[in-house]
Amino acid sequence: MNREISVRTRDLTRQFGRFTAVDHISFEVYDGEIFGFLGANGAGKTTTIRMLCGLLLPSSGEAWVEGFDVYKETDSIKQNIGYMSQKFSLYEDLTVSENIEFFGGVYGLSPRELKKTREKALSDFSLEKVSGKLTRELPLGWKQRLALACSLLHNPKVLFLDEPTGGVDPISRREFWQKIYALAEAGTTVFVTTHYMDEVEYCNRLSIMHNGQIISMGTPNELKTRYKKDSIEDVFIHFIDK
Amino acid sequence: MPIDIEITHLLKKYGDVTAVENLDLQVKQGEMMGLIGPDGAGKTTTLRILCGLLRADDGDCLVGGRDVKKELTTIRGLIGYMPQRFSLYPDLTVTENLRFFADLFCVPKSERETRLERLLQFSKLGPFSKRRASALSGGMKQKLALSCTLIHTPRVLLLDEPTTGVDPVSRREFWDILKELKEQGVTILVTTPYMDEAERCDRIAFIHKGRILAVETPIDIPGLYTRVLYELKCENFVHAARLLEGQNDIESVQIFGDRVHISGFDEGKILSVVKKSMKDNGLEQYSLSKITANIEDVFVDLMR
Amino acid sequence: MKSRIIPIVRKEIIHILRDPRSLIIIFIMPTLMIILFGYAITFDIRDIKIAVLDQDRSQASRQLLEKFTNTDYFKIAGELTGRDRIEPMMMSRKIVAAIIIPPGFGRDLVSLPVSPVQVLIDGSNANTATIVINYLSAAINNYNLDINRNIHIPLQIQPRIWYNPDLDSTNFIVPGLLAVLMMMICAMLTSITISREKETGTMEQILVSPIKSHEIVIGKVIPYILVAFLVASAVLIFAKIVFNVPIRGSLVLLALLSLVFIYASLSLGVLISSKARTQQVALMISLVGTLLPSILLSGFIFPIFAMPSALQILSYIVPAKYYLVIVRGILLKGIGFQYLYAPVIFLFIFGTLLLAVSMKNFKTNLEG
Repeated sequence: MNREISVRTRDLTRQFGRFTAVDHISFEVYDGEIFGFLGANGAGKTTTIRMLCGLLLPSSGEAWVEGFDVYKETDSIKQNIGYMSQKFSLYEDLTVSENIEFFGGVYGLSPRELKKTREKALSDFSLEKVSGKLTRELPLGWKQRLALACSLLHNPKVLFLDEPTGGVDPISRREFWQKIYALAEAGTTVFVTTHYMDEVEYCNRLSIMHNGQIISMGTPNELKTRYKKDSIEDVFIHFIDK
Repeated sequence: MPIDIEITHLLKKYGDVTAVENLDLQVKQGEMMGLIGPDGAGKTTTLRILCGLLRADDGDCLVGGRDVKKELTTIRGLIGYMPQRFSLYPDLTVTENLRFFADLFCVPKSERETRLERLLQFSKLGPFSKRRASALSGGMKQKLALSCTLIHTPRVLLLDEPTTGVDPVSRREFWDILKELKEQGVTILVTTPYMDEAERCDRIAFIHKGRILAVETPIDIPGLYTRVLYELKCENFVHAARLLEGQNDIESVQIFGDRVHISGFDEGKILSVVKKSMKDNGLEQYSLSKITANIEDVFVDLMR
Repeated sequence: MKSRIIPIVRKEIIHILRDPRSLIIIFIMPTLMIILFGYAITFDIRDIKIAVLDQDRSQASRQLLEKFTNTDYFKIAGELTGRDRIEPMMMSRKIVAAIIIPPGFGRDLVSLPVSPVQVLIDGSNANTATIVINYLSAAINNYNLDINRNIHIPLQIQPRIWYNPDLDSTNFIVPGLLAVLMMMICAMLTSITISREKETGTMEQILVSPIKSHEIVIGKVIPYILVAFLVASAVLIFAKIVFNVPIRGSLVLLALLSLVFIYASLSLGVLISSKARTQQVALMISLVGTLLPSILLSGFIFPIFAMPSALQILSYIVPAKYYLVIVRGILLKGIGFQYLYAPVIFLFIFGTLLLAVSMKNFKTNLEG
């Protein structure tokens, strides 16, 4: 398969005072790939994602998202990415439709586009029946679907998912990942950060982060075979215990 | 084995919403029971009713043979309850937090220091005893919270999602501590949304929409699975998955990273459908093997 | 590319309307404070409790005492027979002042050029004491005039008080309160709405979109200008009904100039929230940062010209000071714009400056 590079970093580093949160990481992610970051709290996953989203500036090193430089072209990056966090940052006092309209508006859709996009999002994510309901009244699995819908309104080329399915029931989780695989098939690059093993298994390729560095990378099966472990959790603990 | 926690026909409603409905559960003395289910399944409500924080609308709860409704004060002395968001005082040190909870539970002064020592050693927090709770890592906070829950040596432990948000290494360590407690004879009822943690319990209760779907030991859980499960590995696995979706005799097709799980009811039919599809589309290089269902597969099966 | 201000405004309006409880608090709180302040802060003192010790018991002494009993200002709390009762009564706060008419007062009044009357006053509250002295002297002067009707007094003051002829202090306090309250509410409203989004994580979700900081800031301010304006109108109507505060000038002018003040106060709220990470911090800063200076340094109660010069200089950056000039000017004096352009220009510059600083501070990333 000959695929285009979607995200590339070279010696990407970020310091907070004297603490190095991300320490010279280099990797490449291809179009349509589901790429996972696995690591403990404070391993540097969130900082890496934030740099790639244009929310934090790197201290040194280089990174490009869809060919745009994270130092100079954050506006272009922001137009091309979607972001969904573990908290499903939705407005709880807005209805499902209102949330979709708001996020569409934030991405600069015109009222006409907005109407079309809303209808499409509602039907794509089977949210038509609850479109007038307040978001706070939705079950977790539905909120998660709405959050995903909201982050895809502007057809981003790269989608960042931060622990997207923690706490949701297994059927919702499997349906969620079906959607993600469909997106990836259509060419969207998907970045996942998590420490839930339940989520890790769904990634095409994994990188294990520890103390700001990427200590291992490969497909879930490659990693298991390489370190002769039964599960990714065992692989992970094998590294951290060292 | 005597039964330490006995819940019969438990019902709890919040207005129109039924949180727990006709729930039955028995936990034996010295047993570690995992209550597994997604957020909103009724896990927290059940634990809160057990320790008297919520009143059941119907049904009975016995802890150590005593009725929660009638002998709440006695029961509070028997149980240690660690809520989902256990609040430690961030500006107090590890020792100060422990002392505070010791005073709260009227631990006699003569015993207090020895218990403190033991808990610090047990939780490996000894070297950090003078550190403020706010400066502890997530895993250490959980261990301190557990230690505070254990200060009055409860016989029954109720833990509400103790490992949510804790990284895998600390999680494993936490479960090791629970195992040790269990071996000392403590009865443990622990809730978790993580399927992979369930295997560490003696028995697992699946809870969904306020009902218990099944209770089983980890070894026997795959036996609850009503279908057969196959794993398909090949170069172009996404393409293969799309080919198989919606075909007759195939119930579900689920991609996992670099492989595909296929489930159905009839082994022979699945095999022939897969072989035919792969051959018709020129995908000759593949491997197909029958696998045992994991806890999540069983849960999904039970939910349907 | 369309402006993203409108979606922010629309969403903010939904937030406001979906939370009627907070909306009611926003309207009720200022009206309650107006009632409390309007009745509690009054510089007119009535029913001053005094004790009298009439050792003369003549017709003259009775006439003098009538001067005290015939007004609302005094209330005789005790007619004493001996001096020894005065101090205990003052200590137990039963009286604020005591008048002692010595024996032979009536006789001396006729025979001597001066006949002394002793007045004892509780000076623990200096302000009250001064007012009591003034009232007592007025009553005694009144008596003097009565008994010396034919005497020619060469110089007499005939004061004519403009704008507030009865010197009713509610007329002075209530418009001032409007300034203090609006300042506080505006700063609170905006600072909380932004910091709340930081807390819930929705701010991060917005920041990953290509939105500009000015779009967030302006979008957040616009709906609250409307809310604050409605609150101000409600407070004013209330003040008119309950305290009958005069409205002598143009209401349209007052409305327009109030908008400028609201703009300045909301900008202060935005500035606070660009720094505050949590709602709690935002609330604290906006309370302390607006209430104290607005009450102490604006001339609301304490006249600025009487302050030490350092505080006088500091008072120049208190927006409530300028709005006080505007409100009191229009309501009490009925003056027009030609007298008010200076404070208006200041408020406008103040607001714009704060807004500019906040937009610069308000990064569309999570740095700093």
